[in-house]
Amino acid sequence: MTNIGQQRKALTERILDGAGTASQSERQAAFENIGLAEPVKALIQKVATQATAVTDRDIAAARASGLTEDQIFEIVICAAVGQSTRQYDSARAALDAAISKE
Amino acid sequence: MRLAILDKGHSFGTKALFAFIRLVTRQPTAEIIKLIGYRPDFFGAYMKKVTHEAMRGSSAWSVGDRELMAALVSRVNACEFCIKAHTAVAVRAYGDEPKVAAVLSDLEAAPISEPLRATLRMLGKLTREQTVGADDMRSVLAAGVPPQQIEDALAVCFAFNTINRLAETFAFAVPGPKAFEAGAKFLLAHGYR
Repeated sequence: MTNIGQQRKALTERILDGAGTASQSERQAAFENIGLAEPVKALIQKVATQATAVTDRDIAAARASGLTEDQIFEIVICAAVGQSTRQYDSARAALDAAISKE
Repeated sequence: MRLAILDKGHSFGTKALFAFIRLVTRQPTAEIIKLIGYRPDFFGAYMKKVTHEAMRGSSAWSVGDRELMAALVSRVNACEFCIKAHTAVAVRAYGDEPKVAAVLSDLEAAPISEPLRATLRMLGKLTREQTVGADDMRSVLAAGVPPQQIEDALAVCFAFNTINRLAETFAFAVPGPKAFEAGAKFLLAHGYR
């Protein structure tokens, strides 16, 4: 079987805890999709739940609020990994529950 | 690309590598390569390892099966770049374009095994609704998919739910079929490392 546990952990630790231009609290907030202020809140909400709805204006608004492109790069990645992580954790819990009741 | 840094911010060595790849493939640098190649020490190098393990690590699912899972997840997320990229790889891996097209247009009627169908159905639901329950997993287990293989499918799902979001947020340009053919050849020969 494949086993992405180790690599997933390394990825998550790197983007959340490692050096970056966005603050750790911003990156954590983006990962969780909680505790962000507008306009970044709206951007991250879209990244997490409907990335096809992101527009040039959303990115421009984030830049206008003071974020650099590197900071946007980092928080968008955190948001994407965060949402995928929640999906994955939900599915693993569901699988464990399904197996344990057999 | 919505961020100029993803177009132009790469290190000198990476730019040289991109130029070489363009020379050899006779295609513009695929935007996924630009993403993974920008500050790889922050994201790209780590994501490559996750993706390579999910897509090419030892599994009872074939490479074609996993590329098909990637294409389906991408379809649910409506990520045109990724749909096209992984459809091309799946078609090439299976040598069966109609099968891949059938899965992506009507999963329930597609000429595939029940275990694969049940797994794809679950991945579609997880991708669409962000969550699945124990009953959803029981259906997959009942279709004959061992837990190990469900986990393997979830690994593909994780990788592509991540990449789809980035491709859409950063507005990856969607090239023509020849570019995706070149990409498919590369991904089948080398994987995601």
